[in-house]
Amino acid sequence: MARAPYKGARALNVMATRTSRFNPYWLLVAPAVLLVLALYVAPIVNVLLLSVTDPKPGLGNYVKIFESDTVANLIWRTIRLCLITTAAAVTLGYVVSYAMLHALSHVRRRMMSILLISFWISVLVRSFAWLMLLGHNGLINDLLIGLGLISEPLPLMRNELGVLIGMTEYMVPYAILPLLANMQGIDPRVTSASRSLGASSAQTFFRVFLPLTKPGIIAASLLVFISSLGFYVTPAILGGGKVQMIAEYISVQLLVTVRWGVAAMLATLMIASVLALMYVLNRFMKLSVVFGGVAR
Amino acid sequence: MKSSLGGRINHIAAWLILAILIIPSLVAFPVSITAKTYLSLPWEGVSLQHFQHLLTSPEWISSFGQSLLIAIVASALSTLLGTLAAIGLWRLSGRFIEAIRAFLLLPLMVPPIISAMAFYRWWVPLGLIDSYLGIILAHAILAIPMVVITVSAALANFDLRLEQASRSLGASLPTTLRRVILPAIRPGILAGAVFAFILSWDEIVVTLFISKFDVFTLPRRLWNGMRENTDPTVAAAAVVLICTTLVFLVGFAILSRKRGEEAA
Repeated sequence: MARAPYKGARALNVMATRTSRFNPYWLLVAPAVLLVLALYVAPIVNVLLLSVTDPKPGLGNYVKIFESDTVANLIWRTIRLCLITTAAAVTLGYVVSYAMLHALSHVRRRMMSILLISFWISVLVRSFAWLMLLGHNGLINDLLIGLGLISEPLPLMRNELGVLIGMTEYMVPYAILPLLANMQGIDPRVTSASRSLGASSAQTFFRVFLPLTKPGIIAASLLVFISSLGFYVTPAILGGGKVQMIAEYISVQLLVTVRWGVAAMLATLMIASVLALMYVLNRFMKLSVVFGGVAR
Repeated sequence: MKSSLGGRINHIAAWLILAILIIPSLVAFPVSITAKTYLSLPWEGVSLQHFQHLLTSPEWISSFGQSLLIAIVASALSTLLGTLAAIGLWRLSGRFIEAIRAFLLLPLMVPPIISAMAFYRWWVPLGLIDSYLGIILAHAILAIPMVVITVSAALANFDLRLEQASRSLGASLPTTLRRVILPAIRPGILAGAVFAFILSWDEIVVTLFISKFDVFTLPRRLWNGMRENTDPTVAAAAVVLICTTLVFLVGFAILSRKRGEEAA
């Protein structure tokens, strides 16, 4: 660890804690913690409790998972779309990360800038862009018809395909950051050794490199899956109301039908899965590494 | 290796994927200057009428100003709180510290729709719905994790002994903060402030729930515009949104590069 203190420094610390008992650095942490506690965590707990109190106390809302086809279908659709998005984004992300690993440093820097710009362009703008491209009279259909390749516009939007395109495109940078962090930690001499011992480049990739990137693949998959679960804007815009995922369903429950209980139940399930998977993710790769890439 | 066939295919595929990550977002640029009154590429003439409409519409102008104000204040607030917290966490030890760090990252991990529900329900009794204060507080809370991450990254490279020297030579904590710690981690703080600004500037899900009429941010108006009509003014607004984000990112990149050169 970079910050292992010297013995003298440690003694100084011990002295400081003995003499004053109270470490003044707590005063720096307190405002943020109190704000998050009072205006963030408390409201979340408050909402989650509604899942067992609204409209009446009990587990009635949770029973709906088994009794209501709408809710069961909704959960299944969300999981299915998130799994497809994860597989697609991690595969594409792997291709980019692998190329970045082997690119010259100035090329890699250029690729990284593109990645960060796309990462920071708002989800709203990106969904809007796909709306213009994929629509019935969108630019892609116009182009294909103009070229005479098709006579009828293809249904690229207002269906699962459109939602998957939008979600995957958004998630690729999320997949790349942990994959790249993992790949950069692999000693390049390992693959050189494999090559010099007579393995073909395909053998080296599949039997040496790929297994070494397993932690990166798992971390990237978890991160993308977790982040996809809460997708709201993209399905709402590209699904055109036909491909509802949990987040959009929650918003309809709150703003249109005003049924907090069901919405809170779904929120509880979502938050429990997100935090549990985040815990697992943290075991494969420290969260600071995963999110740290964003800040480079 | 680099000249192998597989390597070349990989390189081309990677650039294709990167192109797909960036080019669709840029479609808003040509569409915003179309001469037509519906979303289309400017094949039959270029016109700035949609930007003109954007700049003469009181609604869009007001949304722009509101978004700017909210993002600046929310970014300042989260930068202040996040920086102090990151410094505190860095110097404290104990088994709860990692738990507190994870706790402060919660707003980043919890899906935005759940944050939106929570703020919505909590803001009603507090009278914060549809108010600047309500949105600024919500955005600041959502941005705190970004600041904690960037400042912690900067602190990880900072020599702890400098702080200890300052303290043991008799400097108070405020003096040590101001003269020793803060100057050394300025790039990390700047990064946190920029990311917090962009986060608030682009935020839509929480804003949808806690704003109604009085506060109507730029993303909110964009959202309504996208769902209601196919007016290219929306494309022009998207261009403004992208450009603001780019200006901040590029400005930040230039600043941090300059600092890197100074240090070297």
